[in-house]
Amino acid sequence: MKLHEYQAKEFFKRFGIPVPEGKVTRSGDEALAAARELKGPPWVVKAQVHAGGRGKGGGVKVAGSIEDVKEAASAILGTPLVTKQTGPDGRKVHQVLVEEGVQIDREFYLAVVIDRAKAMPVVIFSQAGGMEIEEVAVRTPELVLRQFVDPVAGWMSYQARTLAYGLDPLPDSDTLKDIMAVMGKLYRAFVSLDCSLAEINPLVITEQGKVIAVDAKINIDDNALPRQKELRAFDDPKEKDPLDVKAEQYNLNYIRLSGNIGAMVNGAGLAMATMDVIKLAGAEPANFLDVGGGASEEMVTRGLEIILEDENVKAILINIFGGILRCDVLARGVLAAAEKTAIRVPLIVRLEGTNVEEGRKILQESKLKFMVAKDMAEAAAMVTEQVKKSA
Amino acid sequence: MSILVDEKTRVVVQGITGREGAFHTMQMLKYGTLVAAGVTPGKRGQNVEGVPVYNTVHEAVKYEGVNASCVFVPPLFAADAVMEAASEGVGVIVCITEGIPAMDMVKVAAFLKDRQSVLIGPNCPGIISPGKTKVGIMPGHIHKPGNVGVISRSGTLTYEVVDQLTGVGLGQSTCIGIGGDSIIGTTFIDHLMLFKDDPQTDGVVLIGEIGGSAEEEAAEYIQAEFPKPVIAFIAGQTAPPDKRMGHAGAIISGGKGKAQDKIRALEEAGITVARNLGRLGESVFAVMKHAARSAT
Repeated sequence: MKLHEYQAKEFFKRFGIPVPEGKVTRSGDEALAAARELKGPPWVVKAQVHAGGRGKGGGVKVAGSIEDVKEAASAILGTPLVTKQTGPDGRKVHQVLVEEGVQIDREFYLAVVIDRAKAMPVVIFSQAGGMEIEEVAVRTPELVLRQFVDPVAGWMSYQARTLAYGLDPLPDSDTLKDIMAVMGKLYRAFVSLDCSLAEINPLVITEQGKVIAVDAKINIDDNALPRQKELRAFDDPKEKDPLDVKAEQYNLNYIRLSGNIGAMVNGAGLAMATMDVIKLAGAEPANFLDVGGGASEEMVTRGLEIILEDENVKAILINIFGGILRCDVLARGVLAAAEKTAIRVPLIVRLEGTNVEEGRKILQESKLKFMVAKDMAEAAAMVTEQVKKSA
Repeated sequence: MSILVDEKTRVVVQGITGREGAFHTMQMLKYGTLVAAGVTPGKRGQNVEGVPVYNTVHEAVKYEGVNASCVFVPPLFAADAVMEAASEGVGVIVCITEGIPAMDMVKVAAFLKDRQSVLIGPNCPGIISPGKTKVGIMPGHIHKPGNVGVISRSGTLTYEVVDQLTGVGLGQSTCIGIGGDSIIGTTFIDHLMLFKDDPQTDGVVLIGEIGGSAEEEAAEYIQAEFPKPVIAFIAGQTAPPDKRMGHAGAIISGGKGKAQDKIRALEEAGITVARNLGRLGESVFAVMKHAARSAT
C-alpha cells in the first residue's frame, strides 16, 4: 500500500524527521487560504498522486505570490497528470500539498528497503539527491552508499557515521549530526510502520543550514496491514483502477492490463504463465487474475464478473489446475456468473486436477456456450483462433 | 534416493487443528506420509485423523521423534512457529503460510543462520518425493517416481509442469516449491546443491518468475558447478512493472527482476529456457530423454 506524500510527512513528523510546513488542499481557494497561513514566498504546490516523476510531469510548481499558488493549484487539480509512471492517460489529481518554499543548498538521497537476497533491511544514502537512484546507481555507483542492518542489533550509530562521513565535501559537524539523526529516525519509522520502502528524495541542507525532508515516500508491506490497523485508513481507492478496487473487496488478486483476452487462473505463477501463453498465441492479456488456491464459488463468480466489466475483453480463457480449488466449485462459480451477467464473449475453459470430470460435466450439462481445451497447448490454439476471428 | 524428505521422514503439522492443517493432514496421510504429530498450543491430548496433538514442538520431538515440520499457522504467528521448530532442531521446515510480513522473515532468516534447519517457503506448496512422502499441499496423484528434480517459486504452475512431465513419461525424484515471497528460507541454489549429489536425479527443471535475482544467481551457479542438464521456464514475460503479481515476491521494481533479463542470464549460462508452457513437457523430454530410464 502506498501513502501520499502529505501522509508520509505526517508520519515523518511523528518520528521527529523535519519536514517543511504545509497543508493539503482540494481546491484553488483552499490552496490560497493555506498559503496565507504558511511562510512565503515562495510556496510550493505539489500534486498528491501515487506516481513518481511528478516534477517532470508538471505536478510540482513553485509560486512567487498568493495568487500564483491559487493558479498553480487550480491548474494541477484540473488536468490529468502524466508522468512516466502513470501511462499516457495520466492520473487525475484530487489533492495538492501547499508548502513553504525551502532554499536548498545541497540535496541527498536517503532510503530504507529490504534487500531480498541478503534478507536484511538496507539503508541507502547518496549525495546525488533529487535524481532517480536507479540511474545514479548505474552511472555513478560509487555515489550510492549502503549499510545493511542486522535485525538483532538494529540500526547502529557507526553505520550512520560510515554513511555521513562518506559525504564530499563534509558539512559542518552540527549538520552532520542532524543528517545522522534523520537516518536513525527513518529506520525506526521503517520498522515501526512495517514499510517496504521509506524514502526521502531529496533530503536537503537549506541555505540556513537546516536538514529537512523535502519529499517523502512510504510504501507499506501489504502483508503487515493486519497489524498496522491505523495505516489501513490511509489507503486511497481513488488512486486505483475501479476494477482493481472491486477485486480487492472480494480478496481477488486482479490487475487490469490493456489487452483484450481476459484470463481467470488459480495461482499467481500459473496466472502469469497463462498471460504469457496468450501473448505467445498472438494476443495481449486484458488482466492478471489469480482466484487463489482455495477459491470459493463466490470468488469465481465475482472474478468472472470483473473480467466482463472490462469492455476491451473479446474472449476469456479460464485456466484452472485444481489442487485445493476443486474443478466442480469452479464450474458452479462460472455458471452462477453466467446467470447474473450475460457472457457476451467466447469462453475457453481448460480444467485439470481435482474433480475435473465433475467440473466438466457441470459445464457440459449447462446451457452455457464455451470451448473446452484439453490442455494448455490446445487452449493457446483456441485463443489464436479467436484473435484471428476478431481481427 | 531423493532429497530432504523420504518414506522415513516423520512429520509434525504445526497448526494441525485449523481448517487447512486438518484437511492437509488427511491428504498427507492418504499419500502415505508419516504424520507423527500435530501441534496446537493448548490442545494436547486431542487427535486429528488419529494423529496425536501436542502443545509444543518440543513435546512432538520428545514423544514422536519428528524430524520435519509442515507449518499452517496464520501469517502473523508463522514466523514464531518456524523459529520454534528450528529451535528444536527439526531438520526440514516447510512453511505453507502466505502473507507473512517481510520484517518477520528478516528475523527468521537471521535466526536460522546458525541453525541446521532447512526452511522451505513460506508461501509455497511444499516438497514431495513421489512414491515416498509429501510434506505440503500439492495434489499427490499427478506425480510419479522418477529421475527429474523440480524446483519452483510457484504452486499451481508447478502442478501444471509436473503433470506434463508425468504425461510424457518423466517421473520426479523430488519436487520443491520454494515459495513466492520476496524472502524465502531456501532458494534455487540450495536445492541444486542437493540435487547435484543425489544419484536418483538425472536433471532438473527450474521454474522461476519475475522479481528478485534468484534465477540469475542460479544461472551463475549452474554454469560454474552443476553438471546435470537443467531446463528452465520463467513466468511473467507480459507482467507490467511495479505491480505485485499475486506473489509478494513477483514484482519488477526499479527496472529489476524482468523475465527477459532472467531468460537471457539463463541462456547465456547455456541453460535451455522453454518458452511455450503448453509444450513444456515435450521440451523437457527432448533434453532429458535418458531420465525416463526407470520410469514405468
